[in-house]
Amino acid sequence: MKKSLFGVAIAASLALTATAAFADTLADVKARGHLLCGVSEGTAGFETPDANNEWSGIDVDYCRAIAAAIFNDAKAVRFVTSNSTVRWQQLGSREVDVLARTSTWTMTRDTTLGLTFVAPIYYDGQGFMVHKETGIKSALELGGATLCIEAGTTTELNAADYFAANNLEYNPVTFVTQDEAYKAYEEGRCDAFTTDRSALAGNRLLLAVPDDHVLLPEVISKEPLSSVVRQGDDLWFKIARWVFNAQLEAEELGVSSANVDEMLASENPGVRRLLGVEGDFGTPLGLTKDWAYQVIKLVGNYAEIFDRNVGAGSPIGLERGVNALWKDGGIQYAPPIR
Amino acid sequence: MAVDTAGRLAPQKTAFYNDPVIRGFLYQGLVILLVVAAGYWLVTNAITNLRAQGKTFGFDFLGNTAGFDIAFKLIPYDRTSTYLDVFKVGLLNTLLVSVIGIIISTVLGFVLGIARLSRNWLVANIAAVYVEVTRNIPPLLQLFIWYFAVLKVMPPVKQSFNFGDMFFLNGRGFYGPVPIFDDKFVWTAVAFVVSIVAAVLLRRWAKLRLERTGQRFPVFLTALAIIVGLTTAVFLLSGTQVTFNLPALAGFNFRGGFAAPPELTALVVGLSIYHATFIGENVRAGIQAVSHGQTEAAQSLGLKDNDRLRLVIIPQAMRVIIPPTTSEYLSLAKNSSLGAAIAFPELVSIFSGTALNQAGRAIEIVGMTMAVYLTFSLLTSFLMNIYNARVALVER
Repeated sequence: MKKSLFGVAIAASLALTATAAFADTLADVKARGHLLCGVSEGTAGFETPDANNEWSGIDVDYCRAIAAAIFNDAKAVRFVTSNSTVRWQQLGSREVDVLARTSTWTMTRDTTLGLTFVAPIYYDGQGFMVHKETGIKSALELGGATLCIEAGTTTELNAADYFAANNLEYNPVTFVTQDEAYKAYEEGRCDAFTTDRSALAGNRLLLAVPDDHVLLPEVISKEPLSSVVRQGDDLWFKIARWVFNAQLEAEELGVSSANVDEMLASENPGVRRLLGVEGDFGTPLGLTKDWAYQVIKLVGNYAEIFDRNVGAGSPIGLERGVNALWKDGGIQYAPPIR
Repeated sequence: MAVDTAGRLAPQKTAFYNDPVIRGFLYQGLVILLVVAAGYWLVTNAITNLRAQGKTFGFDFLGNTAGFDIAFKLIPYDRTSTYLDVFKVGLLNTLLVSVIGIIISTVLGFVLGIARLSRNWLVANIAAVYVEVTRNIPPLLQLFIWYFAVLKVMPPVKQSFNFGDMFFLNGRGFYGPVPIFDDKFVWTAVAFVVSIVAAVLLRRWAKLRLERTGQRFPVFLTALAIIVGLTTAVFLLSGTQVTFNLPALAGFNFRGGFAAPPELTALVVGLSIYHATFIGENVRAGIQAVSHGQTEAAQSLGLKDNDRLRLVIIPQAMRVIIPPTTSEYLSLAKNSSLGAAIAFPELVSIFSGTALNQAGRAIEIVGMTMAVYLTFSLLTSFLMNIYNARVALVER
């Protein structure tokens, strides 16, 4: 008797957890009143908190755009930090709704972690930074060098592949946290530091004397830094994808946060569809009709976000490069909104 | 009827649930049931959630190629090795740090414990300040201090401290020569083993002689002479050729010889210094626990100072010292996982960190890591318990 009661209790608890695993993220977010966005502890240009704990960066703006689409309020986001080792668990255990954390989209991660990668917010590549005094000009001169690496990333694998392919030896010194890794590099523990070039460019500025360090020209890997959601919630996945697509589409159509109100009167059917003047592209996503208008009004289009965080309008000053729109020679391309 | 039974008391009827025997079974059965149910729930819940997240459970991933490099390893390893090799490398590095740390902290701890009891005011107070300051600062912080202090003080590679072109010290580590022996070296090894056996036999004989005749024999010096003398003589006579693999500057770093990276040094030094303070306090407590009457009794038996310490004081102090020191060893082994923070490739850093992130098998990898620390702790505990049983008070 007692046993069967336990059986019922167990079955009930299992049923509960099982439904929880497939829960509707959008409904959860709406009920909570804010979005939970997983970010790193700090990557210049992508996610950095200021003195008032106000976050900024490309990844941060992406999360703000989702919040704008759902709540018409770009500030309805809480940022949850993680190191690179626990980030997947953080998403799986529902501590965050979306992970926008300079995570490289790879096949293993996409297929084995119970997660789905949404869209490359930034196409990056791994590079090297060296002490200027060494006079190194190319990564091929790094044979026998000591390399500082931050743990738990594709970075370690790329470095291993690159040095093996070029038949060079190297000594990796792998740190769990970024701060210690950069500090050790600065103290001369390593000849070179390797990670994504965008992060190198940003973090170089945080070193004591940025001009003592140079980036090498080699790009040794493809790093599509993408946002990630849990596998199995298709609607949430689509929201995460189309919010980003809308920002690309807005740039392509010349709609920015500055002119979005004038654009409401535009005759261009593409602009009218994007801003919800013509047709309803919000309801299928569980959003309002003017969701994209809110995203652009409150956060901006992709060009604005890029520019103010990592581009010409920021101290990092990265070129658009492959992250330009397809019509400008880059590979950022959004399927049409129609 | 009523009259018949009035005189005798009928056996007291108690409810079955008030019977202590039945009640014992009932409650214990209930507890077992609860424990089993909780375990069952945890396991099935994990399985359900793994399935819901589209993950599988299994250890087959251990055979997959790891694909990343590790700088400091005791066994051959490269990027084509498997996750199982990563596990082994991490395990050995953890063991290396733990064993060296335990040895150094024990020696240092005994020195500290005795220093705190010293009649010399300066020595006792230096030891006291050292103990109080060190054991009250979190070990992670100490490791950072040691690590970055080591890096700050050490010169860059090209300006290494050079000790006779054989040993080099710089910010990348400590480098030294590795001797390479030819085949004839086996005779030296044999001689070494033989001399140790001889020393053991000598000690046994000396003890018997002491008991029979009361005459002492200088065992230690004789044994040392046998071991050193015999081994050296055979080494020289056999004509063994020794060559040295010297470290030499090539490009960015030294190559050849052995290399101890600063991460290892900082971790071992940091952990030893931290845990030595606790061991020192254990030693002090142990010595103070032996009452002064024991010393006086030993003196009145006519024991020499040396023998008094060795035969009377230390064996009694050990009873107090061993149990808390065992748990200190355990926490040193566990604290070696802090090495992850200063880039030492121990188990938590490379297996529970990098390998976990690449393979994504959180439950399996964390489970294996926990099992390692558990096994290691139980094993240390077991060995120390055997030793403790030998020194414990024998009640007759």
